[in-house]
Amino acid sequence: MTAGIDLGHPQAQAIRSDEDVVRVRQLVRAVAVAVKLSLVDQTKVVTAASELARNTLVYGGGGAVEVTIVDNGRRKGVRIVFADSGPGIPDLDLALTDGYTTGGGLGLGLSGARRLVDEFGIETSAATGTRITVTKWSR
Amino acid sequence: MERVPILKIGDILLVSIQLDMSDQTAVQLQEDLAERIVATGCHGVIIDITALDIVDSFVGRMLSTIASISRVLDAETVVAGMRPAVAITLVELGLSLNGIRTALNVERGMELIAAARADELDHQLDDDPDVETATP
Repeated sequence: MTAGIDLGHPQAQAIRSDEDVVRVRQLVRAVAVAVKLSLVDQTKVVTAASELARNTLVYGGGGAVEVTIVDNGRRKGVRIVFADSGPGIPDLDLALTDGYTTGGGLGLGLSGARRLVDEFGIETSAATGTRITVTKWSR
Repeated sequence: MERVPILKIGDILLVSIQLDMSDQTAVQLQEDLAERIVATGCHGVIIDITALDIVDSFVGRMLSTIASISRVLDAETVVAGMRPAVAITLVELGLSLNGIRTALNVERGMELIAAARADELDHQLDDDPDVETATP
């Protein structure tokens, strides 16, 4: 399944449709397995990626994801960057609140995804869109 | 778009999700199930998620919605076979799957539905004064 993916380089995947969200999940899983995350951590990072990829599609109007293996000398990890050139998030604090939604979902995407990863960074503006970077480290 | 098959076994509809569903496939399953419940008159739905390696908020919401729809259509839903890692992740994500009955596997799910159905029939008999019941 992971054959054909060169994990030495960042892996890019466009997010333009439902099927692309599925592809993002599969890509993140392949990389999470490659850096030997535990089964629970694999599940967490794939779930977080699924939420964020859907946000990129639904709120950002589509975009792209880049998945990279990172190494801090002691541990390996998966870093995922979601970028869109959508309208940005006007009130970030509110958007990160459990249960807050403008899209008819459960409002758990952003806040839930943040809980499932080790590092979570977000840059957003109306001019440049939204860029979310998450990292999950092996234990 | 791929479609998830729905099997009828006696009085139960069994859905075994074997693929990484797109959101559209999940919504389609919701509609297909509602139609099959009405068409077959089944009183139980088992959704086997043994093969699912993640349940995100979208699929979680789909499971809750299916449970609510089937309740309105006089059927009981049981979600069976959730993996431990999926359960841990769901809780951390903040999803509580309110109103959903769960079972460790399909067999136990079937027992749960049979028991719930038997209970319900008992109550209906108790409530009806014209029907003699076995209870003294």
